[in-house]
This record gives sequence, structure tokens and C-alpha cells, in this order.
Amino acid sequence: MANKTLEARFRGLRREAERRVQERQREGVPTISIVMSTCALASGAAETRDAIKETLERIKVPARIVPVGCMGHCYAEPLVVIDHPASGFPPICYHRIDAGIARVVIRSFFEDGDPSFEYVLGALEENDLVPPVTQFPRFNLEERVVMELCGRIDPGDIQEYIARGGYAALARALDGEPESVIDTIERSGLRGRGGAGFPTGRKWRLARSARSERKVVICNADEGDPGAYMDRTILESNPHQVLEGLAIAAYAVGADEALVYVRAEYPLAVKTVQKAVRDAEACSLLGRGVLGTAFDLKVSVFQGSGAFVCGEETALIQSVEGRRGMPRHRPPYPVEKGLWGRPTVVNNVKTLASVPPIVSKGADWFRTIGTENSPGTAIFSVVGNVKHPGLVEVPMGTSLRKLIFDVCGGIPGKKAFKAVQIGGPSGGCLPERFLDTPIDFDSLAQAGAMMGSGGMVVMDQDSCMVDVARYFVDFTQKESCGKCTFCRIGTRHLLVMLDRITKGEGREEDLEIMETLSHDIKAGSLCGLGKTAPNPVITSLRYFREEYEAHIRERRCPALKCRALVAFYIDLERCARGCDACVGCCPVEAIFTTKGRKKAIDQQRCVKCGECMVACPPEYNAVFKVSPPERAPVIERPPENGPAPAGNP
Amino acid sequence: MNSVPTQTETEEREMIEAIEAMLPRFAKHRSALIPILQAVQQEHGYLSGGAMERVAEYLEISPSEVYGVATFYNQFRFHPPGRHQIKVCLGTACHVAGGDIILENFERKLGIRAGETTPDREYSVERVACVGCCALAPVAIVDGTVLGHMQPSRVEGLFVQFQVEREREEREKAEREPGGEQDA
Repeated sequence: MANKTLEARFRGLRREAERRVQERQREGVPTISIVMSTCALASGAAETRDAIKETLERIKVPARIVPVGCMGHCYAEPLVVIDHPASGFPPICYHRIDAGIARVVIRSFFEDGDPSFEYVLGALEENDLVPPVTQFPRFNLEERVVMELCGRIDPGDIQEYIARGGYAALARALDGEPESVIDTIERSGLRGRGGAGFPTGRKWRLARSARSERKVVICNADEGDPGAYMDRTILESNPHQVLEGLAIAAYAVGADEALVYVRAEYPLAVKTVQKAVRDAEACSLLGRGVLGTAFDLKVSVFQGSGAFVCGEETALIQSVEGRRGMPRHRPPYPVEKGLWGRPTVVNNVKTLASVPPIVSKGADWFRTIGTENSPGTAIFSVVGNVKHPGLVEVPMGTSLRKLIFDVCGGIPGKKAFKAVQIGGPSGGCLPERFLDTPIDFDSLAQAGAMMGSGGMVVMDQDSCMVDVARYFVDFTQKESCGKCTFCRIGTRHLLVMLDRITKGEGREEDLEIMETLSHDIKAGSLCGLGKTAPNPVITSLRYFREEYEAHIRERRCPALKCRALVAFYIDLERCARGCDACVGCCPVEAIFTTKGRKKAIDQQRCVKCGECMVACPPEYNAVFKVSPPERAPVIERPPENGPAPAGNP
Repeated sequence: MNSVPTQTETEEREMIEAIEAMLPRFAKHRSALIPILQAVQQEHGYLSGGAMERVAEYLEISPSEVYGVATFYNQFRFHPPGRHQIKVCLGTACHVAGGDIILENFERKLGIRAGETTPDREYSVERVACVGCCALAPVAIVDGTVLGHMQPSRVEGLFVQFQVEREREEREKAEREPGGEQDA
């Protein structure tokens, strides 16, 4: 390195971090890592941690308990990793460990030397005793660049990140000219991971050449897409990689101020980032004179207050300024005139987290991953009807089929794949024939969907595409800021028609009107919200038109989903005498006993929650759905059953 | 909206006093508006009319500006929340898994609509867009705890649990009171 102070400072930091991390490991004390991200906590990780602590105290085994971030395996939570080299076992990852199982596993591991194979997901290293996770298709197909350290380090401990090579990219960037950092990013071909795919290097260069004393860099973590949660996970699991990327971006464009804009709905992410900023400042990695150089960077955390449209950069800037988050016309682009009129770079969490590995390993390395025009990896949250939902990081260009069936285990319950909704409310629904499409910015756009932020909802045969389109239009209609007439009133009108269709009151001409209107909304709206809001309608009309027609012409929902168009009934042939499973679970007491001591549903009273279908024991399997509702056999409630309970819900 | 109780004057006064004490922490600048509103709601659970007027005065902008900004964002609420706050997630994965049925069950059970509070201020129900726990859909957040894989029958179970807790609290309170007399 040319700059001696910088080199000395960073080497000192790194040595200190390595020493501290090794010191903790050298004690011969086992390390137990517990995934403590939001979704793990929802699955009971806190109870698991308490049970592990309590059991270790009882059997008097000292251990280091480390809270780690998400590994992406949401289906397997709570996840626990026991790393105890003295036991002779490699680090073992356990899945679905609730408090009760945790007690059993800890006792048998430390008292009997038995690693309880029935709860093992896999070993984290190659060995002869426990099957390693690397043999699973998910681990084989995944390639982690952004999420490499997620779930492997304590997000609250900056030393762990530094010891694993963290902030080395920042030190390297600071050692060279800002221009050369921009060159590297430009050559790597990194495109904005927020969804639009704008070349990051070009954005930085524009901001660099903008003439202004003071510039700003914003990390956009306003992840409003329902069904997407990778930004939250990255911030909760490895905030320093994002901050490092942010600092490199600021140095490259010449900014002295940076902002992390996180949704207030992600309290854990907010807390983790705030702590990370403080820790990095304490290590002189942010703040005044970063690593002894002349580069200053003040980083603050701003909590977004839950408006979907604030994901749009111009709206986001408005909201930081204390106004309604309404997008404005571009140009001028934020890189010329953004926050407080200063040139502002807005980059997504994933974009920034991709920067440190590119700076460390070089642009050519990055180009070896992914496709020609979309290099690098894509992170998706694959949810809905898949066996193994969670976060997945795969090279760009991986096919949808590989992702859904090989990485995520396919559709559960022997049901058929129907569609995949990509890109959140602004994306589209793709049917089976698109499963071999490679996923990258351009091919998805060609199919009528978009990369968006990377939310992917897989739907099986039981999902109604009209209902899904209605759901997304309802969402975007509620979230429209109201500035453009087409977006405000057009989406409203789309929703009215879709509502009507799902209730069986659709009109033949609705489909034509919806099609025209959708294209008009796209053409007449200012920002990405309006321009993409009709996408779910356009794609579902294109690929699932016969479903719309069944709703309109036959008042029938082929997927048996739209509640106004289905009825539940109990097949008397299959119903068992005296079994009361359905009666007990019905929230509105709609199920009564017929003369033959079998059960029937009072159609007037039924709210169609489907609970009886779940409750009916599988050996009888007597509850059925039909559409249109008139097809359900009518059974009168006998008067001797006593007066109906008062108060019609 | 008859199910939303009006706050008493004392409550409003106390709230304004608390805000008064908190305001000097923030810069007298437009950009502090959202952070201030967030802090007020964090402390008091909602934004009252008086509170928003006080904030407007502090930042020297009109109260309607403050109201206009606050109502634009989903985070802010303008009625006191219930003692138990129930939020039902209606994100995509939750929708596909039947989140609307869960919400409906809460609404039916409490006799209020989403966004309202029961007259005894025990419960409030809200719909939220996505809490990012999609792998556990459908999800409800009850008093800050995320509950995954909700079912209509679990809704019933929750209320039974609340009922049991409430009875226990009342019993303990009743036991404590005669105990206090013995001490005296």
C-alpha cells in the first residue's frame, strides 16, 4: 500500500480482531451458534436459546453461545450449530430445534457423546461421520457472494467481520484513487439490485462528475414488497458488509455523508445497523478521518415509515426531507440534484453488499459469475407453495425450474405447479412454460415480469390467478401516492373490475377494458409504482385468460379459491358417525348434526374459512369444496337441534 | 368509528407535557418531522391532534402539513391502541396461505374492524403489509411476538389464553389486597 498510516492502521485493526476471535476459540470451549434473525425468533429461537443455556448450566458444561444471523434456510428454523472440535465431530447444524428438542440434543451431545442424528441437518465441513450439507442440492446450486457470511458470524460483533477479511476492500479502495474504484465497478458490470438493473458504475460516475461541494450516498433498505425480505436479512445478519460497500461508494463519488434508510417495520434490522455504525465509528472505519486518511463519512440511520412508494428514489428523498413521499419527475436525476439539492447516489442493500467482494477479488472474478449482461448473483426469497422456502443466492441465469424444484424442493403435497409471481406487486405471474427461462434482468422483462427486488411467490394448483391479480392491484392501489391520475384512478378502476369478477359479477367487456386500461396506466404514470402496477393483470390475462372467463361466464372459480364462488359441504357417505372434529373448530357454529348423526354445514352461516376441511381426520376426508356454490347439496338444519345461537356474526 | 374511545383531557395534557420535554432533543428543522412523529408514537402509541399541533408549532410549519405527512405513511396511527395489539400480516405469501381469513376471525371475535380498538381498550386489530416472515405464512403479530403458521382455531386459542391471564391477574390482585391489610 502506498499510504503508510492507512496500511499500519488497518493491519493493526485486523491483527487485533484475529487475536480476539482466536482467543475465544482457543479456550477449548464449545461454540453454540443460534440463528436469531426475525424469522428464527418467530419460530421460537429465543426459547431455544434459553433452553440451551439452562441445560448447559445444569450439566455444568461451559460454552460460548453466539447469536448469528439468518442462513436463508427459513423452513428449518430454529437452527442451531454446535462446534466442538474436542468432541471429534465437525461443526454440526441442527434444524427445527424447539426448546424441548434443544434440551435433549444438548444433553445427549455433551453427556453421552451422541450427536442425535435425527435432528441433524448436516455437517458444515467434509468428514466421515455426519453427511455434510455441501452434498445437498441447495448448497450445491447456491453460490454465495453477498450472503457468504450470513449466519456464520455474529452481526453484533465487528471483530468477527474484520477477522474474516472484512473492511479490507475499504482499505484497498482508500489506498487508490476514487476513479479507479469506479473503473473496477464499471468493469465488473454490476447492475442495481433494487430491481431496475441500472449499471452501478455509471451511476457513480455521474455522481462523481456532478459539480457540488457536498454529496450524499443513501443505502435503500425500504423493502416494501410483500413477499421479499432479503434486505432485512442481510442487514440483520451481516450489516458491516453493507456499511463497507456504503463507505466505498461514498469515497468513490466524493460524498461526506451517508444514510441508511430502513423500514421501521424491521426493528431488529434498525437496531443491528445502528450498532454496526457505532462500532465501525469506534474502529475508525467510519466517521472523521477514516483509517487515518482525509476521507470523512458521517453515517446516520433513517427509519422509513411504511410507504411502498418510498422505495422509489425520488420519493425516498422527499420522505427524508420530512415530506410526503411523492416521486417527482426525472431529470434532474438524484445523482445531479437529490437530497437537499445535493448530488445523491441511492443504491440498494444488495448492490452495496456486492461491492466489497468486487473490490477485493476484482472485476474479472465477478464477471465469471452469472451471465454476460447480468453478472453476479441474484438473491431471491422463495416463498409460497414450496417445500423449502427461504432465501437463496444463485448465479444470474439459473433457470426458474432449477431454483424452484432443485434448490427449494418443489411443490409440497403432491400438488401441481401453477405459476410463479416474480418481482412483488410490480412483477408478473409466469406459467409453467416459462420455467426454463434463465433468471436475469433482460429475460424476465421479455416474459412480461421483472426482477424487482427478488421476491418470488410460488403458487400451486389451489391458487386462483384472478384472486392473485386482485390482491396485487389492491396493494398498489392502496400504496399509490395519488400524484398521477392514471395511477390513482386507473388502479382503482382495475380493482373494482377485479373485485366484481372474483365475486362472480364480472361482465364480458371487463377483460377488454382491463387490458386497455392497464397499458394506459403504464404509459400515464410518473414512477415505477404506476408503470408496473398493472403487470400482474397483464400477465395473468395473457397466460391465464381461461380462468377469468370461467369466473365471468360460469360464475365458477376453477382453483376453488374465490370465497364468493365456492361452498363447503360434507359428504354424508364419508362422514363418520359421532366424530365432532369439524363442529369443535367451526368459528361460527355453522356445522350441525343431521338425523343420522352425521354432520352438515349451514350454508347461510358458513364463513368459508376452511377450518373444517383441515380438522376433518384424513381417514374420512369428508369435507369438500365446490364451485359454483349452487353445486353443494342442500341439507336443512333440523328444528330439534334447538334454537340457533343468538347474534349472527 | 364509534368503537374508538376518545381520550380524556388529562391523558392529552400528559401527552403534550411529555412531548414538550422530548422536543429539544431534535433539531428545529423540517427533516426532523418524521423522526419526531416516530418518537411520539413510540412513547404514546399514537399521535393525538394536540400532539401534532405541538410538533407543528415546534418546527414552525402548519398543523395541516404535519397531519398531511403523518397520514401519508402507514406507520402512524391516530387512535389509542389496545392493551393487546394484534397485527395480521397480509403480504403475498400470507395472502396465498389465507391471511385474510385470520384477520376476519380476529375482527369477528372482537366485533371491530381492522384499524379499530375495542371500547374497553383491551384489543386493537390492524392489517400490515408484510413483516418479512413469509416462510411462516400466515403470520400474526400479537403484542410484538410474531406467530407463524396461524390458523383460525389458533385465534380462538389466543383469546382463551388472554382470558386465563386476565383471570389470574385479577385473582392475584384480589389476593394482594387482603394481604396489604394484614401488613397494616
